[in-house]
Amino acid sequence: MKLNGSQILIETLLEQGTDTIFGYPGGAALNIYDELYKYSDRMRHVLTAHEQGASHAADGYARATGKVGVCLATSGPGATNLVTGIATAFMDSIPFIAITANVGTSLIGRDSFQEIYISGVTMPITKHNFVVRNVEDLADTVRKAYEIAMSDRPGPVLIDIPKDVTAAVCEFEHKPAVQPRPKPQIQHDQIKTLAEMINNSERPVILFGGGVMSSNASGLLNQLIHRADMPACHSLMGIGALDPADPLNLGLIGMHGWVSAGRAVDKADLVIALGTRFSDRVATKMGDFASSAKVVQVDIDPSEVNKNIMVAHSVIGDAYDVLEALIPLVHRADHTPWKEKIATWKARMDYRPKDNDSVLRPHQLMRKINELLGEDDIVATDVGQHQMWAAQFTGRRKPHTFLTSGGLGTMGYGYGAAIGAQVGQPDKRVIHVTGDGSFHMNLQEMCTAVSNNLPVITIVVNNAVLGMVYQWQTSFYGKRYSNTDPHRKTDFVKLAEAFGAKGLRCDTLAGFEECMKEALAADGPVLIDARIDKEERVLPFIPGGETVRNVIID
Amino acid sequence: MEKYIISALVQNNSGVLARVSSLFGRRGFNIYSLTVSPTVDETISRITIVVLGDEYTLDQVLKQMQKLEECIEVSHINEDEAFCRELALIKIAGDEAERESVREVCALYQAKVVDSSEESIIIRVSGTPSQIDTFLSIIDNFNIVESSRTGITAVHKDKK
Repeated sequence: MKLNGSQILIETLLEQGTDTIFGYPGGAALNIYDELYKYSDRMRHVLTAHEQGASHAADGYARATGKVGVCLATSGPGATNLVTGIATAFMDSIPFIAITANVGTSLIGRDSFQEIYISGVTMPITKHNFVVRNVEDLADTVRKAYEIAMSDRPGPVLIDIPKDVTAAVCEFEHKPAVQPRPKPQIQHDQIKTLAEMINNSERPVILFGGGVMSSNASGLLNQLIHRADMPACHSLMGIGALDPADPLNLGLIGMHGWVSAGRAVDKADLVIALGTRFSDRVATKMGDFASSAKVVQVDIDPSEVNKNIMVAHSVIGDAYDVLEALIPLVHRADHTPWKEKIATWKARMDYRPKDNDSVLRPHQLMRKINELLGEDDIVATDVGQHQMWAAQFTGRRKPHTFLTSGGLGTMGYGYGAAIGAQVGQPDKRVIHVTGDGSFHMNLQEMCTAVSNNLPVITIVVNNAVLGMVYQWQTSFYGKRYSNTDPHRKTDFVKLAEAFGAKGLRCDTLAGFEECMKEALAADGPVLIDARIDKEERVLPFIPGGETVRNVIID
Repeated sequence: MEKYIISALVQNNSGVLARVSSLFGRRGFNIYSLTVSPTVDETISRITIVVLGDEYTLDQVLKQMQKLEECIEVSHINEDEAFCRELALIKIAGDEAERESVREVCALYQAKVVDSSEESIIIRVSGTPSQIDTFLSIIDNFNIVESSRTGITAVHKDKK
């Protein structure tokens, strides 16, 4: 059949199993939006307030569903507004497709109105990108984009389509949905060596990250640690792969991770990194991480091996495939003395914030969220102190239930991500945990939640300062609070009401519980302005360039 | 810092060189020289890059380049396992006597005088990068007004 470029684009998205996209119209995208109007019964388009919101929504949709997230924007500023969202997805390896319209091919290169060379702009933050200059190439380019986004280590792909290509007509035929490329063939000798190292280890620890999520390997990870009686800890991206209540799960490691987990890695004789890349927020001091251990790295991306720390052994492969082959070779073991040692560190050294019900303390607030949510419900965070408290205390125990910008640390990520997650998982509750700083960055997306009647609950953990930087200034900059105490007068309750949402406020734990119950019973989006003290700090805290041996816990 | 020769086959699409140089810029890899040219298959180009760095840089360059969608293959070329050549053009200003001394040096080092005028002389020298380095250091005391090196091009040798 003969179709125009815009129809081909939508038909190919549908063919690949995408029935929901997030975006914002504009001049160069008019032809595409005209077809979206006609396809509205088959393709859901969620209009955001800002293209950045659309990019984070597509990312949140991808993280919450495991499918490829798709966003759409017009040329020029529409396209550049996607950049932060694309970079966020790139740093966290999220399968993601950004489609941008561009000015017509005859106007390209002439600094035309709203013309930007977005493929050049996004070169270092995409796995690959395309400019489609002929309508005949469009369908296969979109298919290729899906293949690239999903294959190996997932990531974002951008497709830039000049306006005349969206109108040009050519023959179109459907093809079956593309599959990810075959995963790397695992090398059994590498796995055998790893199994021997595990079997000979007295103090093994697993350190896992987002790779376990993208390969759906959390079940196998659980099997392995129990078979080998091996404690495990994780990066921010690993939250949800293991139940925090499992005694073998030591929890978060790194700058704000648990001292016992950090110490276990520091004292282990074997550390197995599974789908994690030793970022400077985990291996806080270059050249001094897991220094007593043989380190083994299991990763699908060979370029991660020996990138940040030198390892004794590496296994290239998908975490699922590697674990599946590894588990039968691992002996059942009992590491009681090692676990007991870690337990004494846990009892003696781990940070235990004190409860105080008369005010609202962050750890109690986060624990309350966990208490009121089901295990499948989703927490999406912004970036800063609230993000770390949420990571430490919201107790997410299923994959794809904790959405956070780990690598890029994008303030303003949370609301878009929560909207995307809620659209992708309409039957789950989605809680957006944010701070007053982060929320100010993209709060306009509240209108999107209202228009689409998405029951996202936004909890503004409001300390009236830019808390994370404020905390660093307290500790290392002589309390010179340069531009972190802005004296804003924003009334978040009125703001929510102005957007047509419900706004609630609290400053005690009991008050917060009441607000949460009211919010969970409400029909549409709700904002809770949860007031906390500005001197609340995220602890523990390993200062940059130090190790767990110099951790601050009070 | 060491020099390493990297040879890559890439799809000859527009922007492919930008992708490679963007990768080098982003990761802080140092390019000493770079040549790009089509192969007999015009859809495929060969990029030969001399990288300045250490073993770590070399390892990362190879792995990161392999991840580029349009990179078909990439390898490190060891100078003794490959035939490596480079060409340089050097313009030297000088009077007749000086030009004559240049000619004498050229004869000694198999460099060729390709142009000569009242004010200057242009010479062409080709060889391994280190031969060219040597030649350039020898003629350094003449008045070099312009010089240009092509960068390395290399082909793997078969075992004899």
